[in-house]
Amino acid sequence: MTEGNSEHATHIISYGKLASVWLALLFLTWLTVRVARHNVGIGHVWGSLTIAVVKAGLVIAFFMHMKYEGRLLRCLLFFALSVLAIFIGFTFFDVLYR
Amino acid sequence: MSGPPHKDYAGAKLGMWIFLFTELLLFGGLFLLYAVYLTRYPREFTAAGREMHLVLGTLNTAILITGSYFAAMAVTAIQRDERRRAVGLMEGAVLTAAVFLFNKYLEWSAEIGHGIYPDSPRLVAGPPGESVFFSLYYLTVGLHGLHVLIGGTFLTVVAIRVQRGTIHAGNYVLLENGALYWHLVDLIWIFIFPLYYLIL
Repeated sequence: MTEGNSEHATHIISYGKLASVWLALLFLTWLTVRVARHNVGIGHVWGSLTIAVVKAGLVIAFFMHMKYEGRLLRCLLFFALSVLAIFIGFTFFDVLYR
Repeated sequence: MSGPPHKDYAGAKLGMWIFLFTELLLFGGLFLLYAVYLTRYPREFTAAGREMHLVLGTLNTAILITGSYFAAMAVTAIQRDERRRAVGLMEGAVLTAAVFLFNKYLEWSAEIGHGIYPDSPRLVAGPPGESVFFSLYYLTVGLHGLHVLIGGTFLTVVAIRVQRGTIHAGNYVLLENGALYWHLVDLIWIFIFPLYYLIL
């Protein structure tokens, strides 16, 4: 692998690709509003959250360039999200089975 | 080739990402509070969610996504050495921040007008779950709004520096970090929107 500090080594995302991501995000926003309005009850929280996770994935991968970053940043992202998942998960162990 | 001063591109970006992780954990804590209280007061949260302005919320979601798109395009523009386009795109992103905050102002004014604000007589008299919902709403959205303000200021500074030529195709890490911050603001709103506006 080449040294990552040269600007020439970085990947340039085309305007076209960014536009498709933008359209996908707008579509998912429309979809999440539609799903929520036609699906009453606590169950739709999971549907909305699933769509939110997909949207977040698109933003992180393309807008934030994570898809083109090296192993270090990806591992750190994974670590940060794991910590978040652990503290949410463990809190729910306590809240739901107290 | 002239010898530019030493710049640690990878280090600057790594630092920004680590800061963003702490932001993620900060808002993660607020989402955790939300989730715990949702399991305790599901009915009150649903009732309170119906009071939210869905149209303004959806509009603001689209505005932030568009602002994020402008910031992402600005990175591509500066990498391709299209300076004027980069400045225009940054200005576009700053505009989305301003419009977002203006909508927020309209929304909060309407809510406060309806007697919905922390410790208001209406919420004190109502069920406890509802006041918890709105306290968390004002806290989370207020903190997010502060981030929008900071992000807008950050992007303005970056736009000025691109205009002056201190940020260019050979050294654009500040623009990239500004864009990353702006994407984080969008990212957090992506979760605030369904949790607070779509609990119908």
